[in-house]
Amino acid sequence: MNLGPLVFLGTFFALATSWLGFVLVPQLQLCRQQPVEIDATGQLYPSDPSGIAKQGEEVYRANGCYYCHSQQVRPKGFGSDVERGWGGRGGKVQSVAQDYLYARPVMFGSQRIGPDLTNIGLRKPDAAWQLKHLYDPQSVTPKSVMPPYRYLFEKRKLKLGQKPSEEALQVANVPAGYEIVPKEEAKTLVAYLMNLHSDAILFETPPPTNAVAAASSTNAPAAGGSTNNPPAATNGPSTNVPAK
Amino acid sequence: MSATPSTQIISIDRGNEAPAVTSVQIDASCRAPVLLLFISAAAWLLIGSLLGIIASLKFHSPNILASCPLLTYGRVHPAAWNALIYGFAIQAGLGVGLWVLSHLGRAKLAMAPLIVIGAILWNLGMTIGTYGILYGDSTGFEWLEMPRYASGILFFAYLAIGLAAIVTLHLRRERELYISQWLLLAAIFWLPWIYSTAQLLLVFKPVRGVMQAIIDWWYINNLTTIWLGFTGLAATFYFIPKIINRPLYSHYIGIFIFWTLAIFGSWGGIPTGSPLPTWIPALSSVGAALTIVPVLAVAFNVHKTFVGNYSKLSSSMPLKFIAFGALAYVLSGLVGVLASIVQVSEVINFTWFTPAQTQFVVYGFFAMTMFGAIYYIVPRLLQADISSAGVRWHFWLALIGVLIYVVSLGVGGVEQGTVLNNPKATADFMGVTNSTLPFLRASTTGDLFIALGHLVFLLNLVGVLVRVSRASFSTAMVANRRAEVRA
Repeated sequence: MNLGPLVFLGTFFALATSWLGFVLVPQLQLCRQQPVEIDATGQLYPSDPSGIAKQGEEVYRANGCYYCHSQQVRPKGFGSDVERGWGGRGGKVQSVAQDYLYARPVMFGSQRIGPDLTNIGLRKPDAAWQLKHLYDPQSVTPKSVMPPYRYLFEKRKLKLGQKPSEEALQVANVPAGYEIVPKEEAKTLVAYLMNLHSDAILFETPPPTNAVAAASSTNAPAAGGSTNNPPAATNGPSTNVPAK
Repeated sequence: MSATPSTQIISIDRGNEAPAVTSVQIDASCRAPVLLLFISAAAWLLIGSLLGIIASLKFHSPNILASCPLLTYGRVHPAAWNALIYGFAIQAGLGVGLWVLSHLGRAKLAMAPLIVIGAILWNLGMTIGTYGILYGDSTGFEWLEMPRYASGILFFAYLAIGLAAIVTLHLRRERELYISQWLLLAAIFWLPWIYSTAQLLLVFKPVRGVMQAIIDWWYINNLTTIWLGFTGLAATFYFIPKIINRPLYSHYIGIFIFWTLAIFGSWGGIPTGSPLPTWIPALSSVGAALTIVPVLAVAFNVHKTFVGNYSKLSSSMPLKFIAFGALAYVLSGLVGVLASIVQVSEVINFTWFTPAQTQFVVYGFFAMTMFGAIYYIVPRLLQADISSAGVRWHFWLALIGVLIYVVSLGVGGVEQGTVLNNPKATADFMGVTNSTLPFLRASTTGDLFIALGHLVFLLNLVGVLVRVSRASFSTAMVANRRAEVRA
């Protein structure tokens, strides 16, 4: 009895089911996703990041930042990401598929050796701090296990009497007559980090009802390119309409 | 040859219609291609574990080797993992698979030169890909980091070797198919599909947004559960009956395992809580939970084959390796089923538990099974024994190493997840990471044992090869001298 063709066909169909289920069908469902217009601001969310942030994404990818840092806020009731204040949207709500429309590649990460970075642009909107942290993590976060990324910086010799340039890092242990300045990679990487935010209130991420009033009164969240005001309670969750 | 017990015990002899090919002839046809695959696999294993140690050392002091961009954690870690998966696991699996296919089919290995070319190409692609990752050209997708200029080479190298395997299977003289052939055929066919799908949709013509993550998870799960699972189980079901000299308890349970694993196993791998339409992780959890069926069936079939013969474990090193692999398959499978439960996955999500679990499957099950198979095959290919002390050293180093690694990171992962999900107790994230450091540092000890084992493994293989080529050289010399004397 020659079962070869049967095994082959069976394998083909068995594999085809998961291929259909996890490649074709999700693609058919998700390929319709478009940036949506946020009512309050009229801006599209998410927005295509600027050139410099895009270049920073390449640095993030090349150096494998995503092996230690996730970019995903888990929903309330599954882990405690929201309680840790990692969420955008007033710190209340999880990440959704819409947030990653322009991420290329999508770097969810699989481990949290370091903290989540989904909203790092909202949580630490301080470029100087970010640069210092990349150069010498322990100088700003004492117990950190993050390796220093000194190769993203340049040690420049100063001419006699020359003052350090404006972009020189304020770090200790710089020998006299030298300055530490970020290379292009460090600058773009920080631009990418500063641009990380998932804060638009979407149809699928309505703010918890009792928080709406408080959020509106403080007018938070307040940073990021496509910030929008949280919807008024009367509008309910359907404050945005597809752009197309 | 004493080294070739009859294949009758595992497949029904259909009579001798064609002139028989002896096992010695089959081994001769396998010698060059299979040895090439094994030696390269062993070399990549050692390279991978050295890179892995560099990555692991970063948790002892973040400043170690920090000034060299090539050796930053985010590059060394994926380079080490790719060396283990593509350098070792796939080459070793293909080598063992080719040998098993030709022996079960009682036919010589077909297209040996094509396999040699494929293996050389594969190693070329691996070398280029590893440099690519270290130089910062990684694609950004886990398990698929090697840049496109390497993945293309790997793909065609695999096709060449896979084609030879299918032709060998097609030209078999023993028509009856044994379960290992089912598993191997499926695995050989499965990889090009998932690899080309992933490469096309992630690297060459990327899909948008979260689809990328779904496809990457789908690929990782299929490579692990199906390719490594099928290839490893093919070896389990071939070598255990062969070595203890008694048929597999049930061929039909074997086929049942094949179908249930193919149907349920290929759906797992997408973590709960991911920012996806909820049906996707939900369906994935169901698939992962249902793999309990094939896992228990493997445990039952292997145990029933063994029962009454467990004492044979003490007399055969290859059997020790393969039996440990089967045990690790069942245990890691059960852990995988547990991890599909929402309350469990909430704790272990994003922690060290996941790498521990993956290592348990890839190393504890697959690599150990391959080591056993290789130690069974190589003496037959070369008709010479491997130093038994060397094999024993390798076994204990690997066993202790993988246990230290898996247990420390597994326990550390649960600890990490518990702390991570309790922000009131550890408001500062540094507290979470620092709670894992003792476990991480313990796992480095495991890495060291494993790496030492890999060194012994490579030396064992190179050692027997050198002895054999020296012996044949001196035989040739003696013959020469005799000819001279006669002249």
